[in-house]
Amino acid sequence: MPLVKNGRITTDLFVHVADGAELPGDGDILISAERFLADPDILSRRPGKTGVVWPNNRAVDDLVPYLERLAAVALVFPTFRDGRAYSQARLLRERHGYDGELRATGQVLRDQFVFMSRAGFDAFEVKKDADADAFAETMKRYSVFYQPTGDGRLTALNRRMQLRHSESAGQ
Amino acid sequence: MYAYDELDRTLINERVSEFRDQVKRRLSGELTEDEFKMLRLQNGVYLQLHAYMFRVAIPYGTLSSKQLRRLAHVARRYDRGYGHFTTRQNIQFNWIKLSELPDALAELAEVGIHAMQTSGNNMRNVTSDQWAGVAPGEVEDPRIWSEILRQHTTLHPEFSFLPRKFKIAITASEHDRAAIKVHDIGLRLHKNADGETGFEVLVGGGLGRTPFIAKTIKPYVAGRDILSYVEAILRVYNQYGRRDNIYKARIKILVHELGIEKFAREVEEEWKQMGHGALTLDHSVVEEVRSRFSYPPYEKLPHMPDELKQAAHDPLFERWRKNSVAPHKVQGYSIVTLSLKPVGGPPGDATADQMDAVADLADRYSFGEIRVGHEQNLALPHVAKRDLPQLWKALDRIGLATPNVNLVTDIIACPGLDYCSLANARSIPIAQELTRRFANHDTAEMIGRLHINISGCINACGHHHVGHIGILGVEKNGEEFYQITIGGRADENAQMGALIGPAVPYAEVADVIEDIVEAYLALRDRPEELFVDTVKRLGVEPFKERVYATR
Repeated sequence: MPLVKNGRITTDLFVHVADGAELPGDGDILISAERFLADPDILSRRPGKTGVVWPNNRAVDDLVPYLERLAAVALVFPTFRDGRAYSQARLLRERHGYDGELRATGQVLRDQFVFMSRAGFDAFEVKKDADADAFAETMKRYSVFYQPTGDGRLTALNRRMQLRHSESAGQ
Repeated sequence: MYAYDELDRTLINERVSEFRDQVKRRLSGELTEDEFKMLRLQNGVYLQLHAYMFRVAIPYGTLSSKQLRRLAHVARRYDRGYGHFTTRQNIQFNWIKLSELPDALAELAEVGIHAMQTSGNNMRNVTSDQWAGVAPGEVEDPRIWSEILRQHTTLHPEFSFLPRKFKIAITASEHDRAAIKVHDIGLRLHKNADGETGFEVLVGGGLGRTPFIAKTIKPYVAGRDILSYVEAILRVYNQYGRRDNIYKARIKILVHELGIEKFAREVEEEWKQMGHGALTLDHSVVEEVRSRFSYPPYEKLPHMPDELKQAAHDPLFERWRKNSVAPHKVQGYSIVTLSLKPVGGPPGDATADQMDAVADLADRYSFGEIRVGHEQNLALPHVAKRDLPQLWKALDRIGLATPNVNLVTDIIACPGLDYCSLANARSIPIAQELTRRFANHDTAEMIGRLHINISGCINACGHHHVGHIGILGVEKNGEEFYQITIGGRADENAQMGALIGPAVPYAEVADVIEDIVEAYLALRDRPEELFVDTVKRLGVEPFKERVYATR
């Protein structure tokens, strides 16, 4: 499954480690929320980076105390129809100021890329190769956005107000 | 009218290109039907019994003549020459080809029409009073806020995959023509003690298999805070709304299971944490949107022009005027409703030729503007009273002057089993039969205001729960049966109708409705007492006795 990060297909340096499986001695790992919360000291014990796979039915509040030390948070789309992780992503980015890797996992398809990126995701475990190849192209689909989110894109309203100001300044 | 600017137009065009690519990928097999289903639904495309059905948005029910002509063109070029206006200010085309859809969308985009928000588990078309901006006594034009909400919820990155569909309706009049109490969120514009405009916010209304009347979650939210407050509701719903059972996924179930107080606390908590951020609407931002709504240059006209006095001698004109013409906020003007409920016709249908003709009449008599209401009728919102007699004649020639607005034959009905893959029973033929039974205008006028609503299944697209008389098609041992309720209403006093007795077979429905109406005529205490008020005063029993005594 290709990983898209910073807009490009890249090698995934993180290894998903299943619950109960032995942790590798070094290297970057992604572990479940349960495993992490049972032993948060793992952050300082291992040489590699740690990321957490956070389920979409648990409030992100429980993760907040650790955000500064986490290298990645992976949110889950069990099916593309289940949009809970969009809210979690915005809360992590916009309310809790998380600025590490925010990864979309599960059924991640091309037609969600723009929504996900706007909600704050910057890494994508893409289901289909063809979708990963089309990432850059897909991100160019839209140039107009109506909602202010943490992604910093100017909204249509901002642009209209700017236009108004520049027009009235020119008079 | 709202004038789209370059940004709105760009977004619609980008949406069309995206959908063209999605259709291409579906036709090449790159997308599975399961993956494509949600994508097409988000563009208003359903797979029905016979073909794809294409639903197009008419936000807050406002259309220009140019837009209506384009809808007529789409009906002619891509469909079978007609369209069906729905109960939520949309129009549906029933015979569209998937491969041609992108072209149809592109043609609509040229005139600022799109199919976003017409289906899927996301925000649906924001609806409002079809008399918005022209109704006397309105707090202010609710379409300004409808448009602000429309923009904010269009392709929303957080709320495009909600547990289930989500509908908002806005009214600014004391008399609610937008049925806000049967919406996921209902917004009632009003002014607080300081004269500031804000909203009473209602939540958790809806029909379908588990009907609820919406409850007030907050009596007053200032206009500048409405986006953040709605966003807080949506965020709570997105996270906690049920996703395990499609029939329990609407926000009404969450509100019901938590109770309105607990739900309100959750929303309040979320809203407080959101703080006064980017969603707060500055006065200048609201004014920016307001400035792109234009109002006609009305003339100073007499209240009672000679043309109208003369026409009053014609009884046929008078009976049409009495139920089709409503007061306008500007002296000398009227709001004219165009009935799409001819005797024997399917409710809400209009042919391409009728649409073109209405567009021409709008240009001549209504400053080029047309409205669409949830009762599945059209309206011309700015008609000079002196023009009423001529307009009436012109409407009569194209079959749009049936004098039955708000009367027993002004029936709301879903497409039913004739088109819909969800339906259990037919709706349209029941409506057609009823219009024939009550075709005598004098009888209909004697009966007075009476709303009949017909749904072909429990999903309640015909809003049967809130019909004065509601008819619900069900299936029993492979046969069509109909449950009948009375006393429902969708206005500011909204309530669900009560079941009058056992379901009756298809062939008996019209007889039973006639019996109910006869019972009402016998039971009402004076001619002015409306059907729904008689039911309220007496309850269901006396109706039940009379209707079922002989069955």
